[in-house]
Amino acid sequence: MAADSFWLIVLACAAATFVWRALGVLVARRIDANGAFFRWVTCVSYAMVAGLIFRMIILPESDLAGVSLPVRIAAVAIAFGAYFLFKRRLVAGVLAGGVSLSALVTWLG
Amino acid sequence: MTMREQETAIDANFEMKQATTPVAGDRAVMRKALLDALSLPAFILFFTMMGFGSLARSAGFGAEMAAVASLLIWGLPGQLAMVELTRTGQGLVAIVFACSLANARFLPMVVSFMPTLARERPGLPRMLLDAQLLSINSWAVCMREFPRVDAAWRHRYYVTFASSILLAAVAGTLLGYHSAVLLPPALVLGLIFVSPLFFALVLSAVPGRAERISMLLGCATIPVAHSLWPEMDLLITGVIGGSVGFALGRRWEHGDGS
Repeated sequence: MAADSFWLIVLACAAATFVWRALGVLVARRIDANGAFFRWVTCVSYAMVAGLIFRMIILPESDLAGVSLPVRIAAVAIAFGAYFLFKRRLVAGVLAGGVSLSALVTWLG
Repeated sequence: MTMREQETAIDANFEMKQATTPVAGDRAVMRKALLDALSLPAFILFFTMMGFGSLARSAGFGAEMAAVASLLIWGLPGQLAMVELTRTGQGLVAIVFACSLANARFLPMVVSFMPTLARERPGLPRMLLDAQLLSINSWAVCMREFPRVDAAWRHRYYVTFASSILLAAVAGTLLGYHSAVLLPPALVLGLIFVSPLFFALVLSAVPGRAERISMLLGCATIPVAHSLWPEMDLLITGVIGGSVGFALGRRWEHGDGS
């Protein structure tokens, strides 16, 4: 493929993603931020984002698929444990979770 | 104390902390935004986009094309779809369609995000620019941090935070493209795992009963939706989980509140 067509792919994909953002702006300009419709869209966003995260952990398409489910779940539990133990510090939770996954993979390995 | 009472006590304690004076002023807000970005999200994006950079290279994209993709598409699921379908030799229409579908979550995300910025009568071009800067990181972190930021300064916080993580993402893309650093596999797995972990922790502090129920239902729906219709799984999950969560949450809130 020529370089031109690669550029075309990148720019067309950017435009196609921007369409959703622009539609979002157009809808946002027309709705009442205190109304039921706004609250519903917020709930839809939360359900989608939570689903995406849950999918990344439970049904990963990345290299994580090679790590067994119990190990992934244990690392999530350790992360939440550390997070609440250290007064809801994100860094503590993320570090504990990441390190324990690496350690479990090495140890069980 | 029962479990439930403990939870309520923790929540009350947390909300009290949030209720302390919100951050305001040029320096304080920029400082908070930069610290919040550099404390984790910038690094997470840097590493994640390194992965994207090396994939883009293997699919035949140039370095500057990969960087522009991160800068302008600014949504990893769509970028990955683009690279994967290009690598397997699909046509332009199929590639663009897959990328767009993978990033369709921006529609509800932008709708739910724009009013929280609390800007007074923003013009259309500025709103479009704000929407272009939005990513799942900024969305989740702002939803969590905005109660602690003075309403008049939220836009400044958002723009500072979002542009610094975008910069980290583009830098990561370029480094990933050009380097063939081989990290130990166990470390790489830990680094990949950090991204969903970060979001899960960030969202655990989200206020609102309807929103929390929606998130639980989203987790319950996604495995089913994914096995039935993998291309549309997130949209289906959002609409089902969000609608049921919205209905249940409102019923409960009305039940408790009055």
